[in-house]
Amino acid sequence: MGSFVAALLANMVPLPEAVAAYRPDWVALVLIFWCLATPQRVGPTVGFGVGLAIDVIQFSLLGHNALSKTILAYLANRFHLPVRLFPLWQQAVIVLALLSLDVAIVGWVHGVVNGLTVDGSAWLPTISGMVIWPLLFVVLRATRGRAQLV
Amino acid sequence: MELGRPRGNGLRLVLLVCLSIGLMIVDHQSRYLQSVRSALGLLTDPLQDAATLPWRVGAWATRLIRSDIDSRRDYEHLLSEFLVLRARLQKMEAIEAENSRLSRLLAASEKVGEEVLLAELVQVSMEPFTHKILINRGTREGVYTGQPVIDPNGVVGQVTRTTPTKSAVTLLTDQSHAIPAQVRRNGLRVVVYGLGVQEKLSVPYLAQHADIREGDLLVTSGMGGRFPPGYPVARVGRVLRDANEPFLIVTALPVARLEHATEFLLIWHGQALTSGRSEVIADSDILESAPRGAGGG
Repeated sequence: MGSFVAALLANMVPLPEAVAAYRPDWVALVLIFWCLATPQRVGPTVGFGVGLAIDVIQFSLLGHNALSKTILAYLANRFHLPVRLFPLWQQAVIVLALLSLDVAIVGWVHGVVNGLTVDGSAWLPTISGMVIWPLLFVVLRATRGRAQLV
Repeated sequence: MELGRPRGNGLRLVLLVCLSIGLMIVDHQSRYLQSVRSALGLLTDPLQDAATLPWRVGAWATRLIRSDIDSRRDYEHLLSEFLVLRARLQKMEAIEAENSRLSRLLAASEKVGEEVLLAELVQVSMEPFTHKILINRGTREGVYTGQPVIDPNGVVGQVTRTTPTKSAVTLLTDQSHAIPAQVRRNGLRVVVYGLGVQEKLSVPYLAQHADIREGDLLVTSGMGGRFPPGYPVARVGRVLRDANEPFLIVTALPVARLEHATEFLLIWHGQALTSGRSEVIADSDILESAPRGAGGG
């Protein structure tokens, strides 16, 4: 679970404005990884908890990220078998789809609560998340050791 | 162990989704969850502190390394600025006293003073679709939801969520933000809306013949009672008169440095200024007792 704490930190560390817009959602990425790697242990419940932590940290509506992360974790769990067999770049495409869904859910809830908003920059982190995925995958896999995974 | 689908996930998904939606509804409609947020905040606060640690260490080190000469130059610069501001304040006090005397003559309700508290930026919220910042003051310092926040240049936004130690400030540019204002030049009342875009505001619903020009300064009007009157909000950028449109299309630029400021001021005014904050009221009493000199000038 150390990786989740690290991801939360990585989400929060202040960055120069120019870079901050491209900051990937580390928490979502780490969550996807564990949902794929250890689906028996990490699933919707962990997703809910992590999402709630994000809500508290960034002062958003309680349950906002909890909802999107629960669904994200469920989907990653559901398709962990085929996705684990994909080569890294194909996984990255799946990750892009999952991250986009995450942003879409957050945006949809935001639209319901505050009225519709059009903000293209909200999608930038999904692209950077896809780009960073192979690297993150290799690093996190190293922390777990090969035997547990693929 | 690794093989096979995790069991019971579908049911858990449904339960957790319902729970999230329930939480959101309760949090949106009421303040029952304020205490839950505060309690959970105690757990996440250390994380937040840890995340900003490198920056704070950096700032501290810079201060340590700064040479004496630099400090002296800064000191002299600040001192001269301080003296200039003091001089201006004298005049302000006189004007304020005269103003309150005149409003008493008109039997208008008297204005009480305002109290301010300095706050520092903790974090720019990562939440997509919103323009929000977190500051290092909370209910412990008496911060309340709806409290106005300014920087040295103008209005920044208002407090929307609080915990004992931190608060979230929704910026003027947030899509859900609107602020009553008026054109300083002629007192025309407007409402300034955020667009969800950086450095851009909208001033809708102005009739085609409305007297508003490029460069006009918009200041808070005090309508609605949330923001005290007279603080600069935005400068009118473009005024588009299109006869086919029912209203003028007016955009404005916030005067506060929303994206760059790291220090902010919280304002207590009107009813929020309770008896616990009596020094300011005492101050304004002193001002009112000395209007003669002001009137003579």
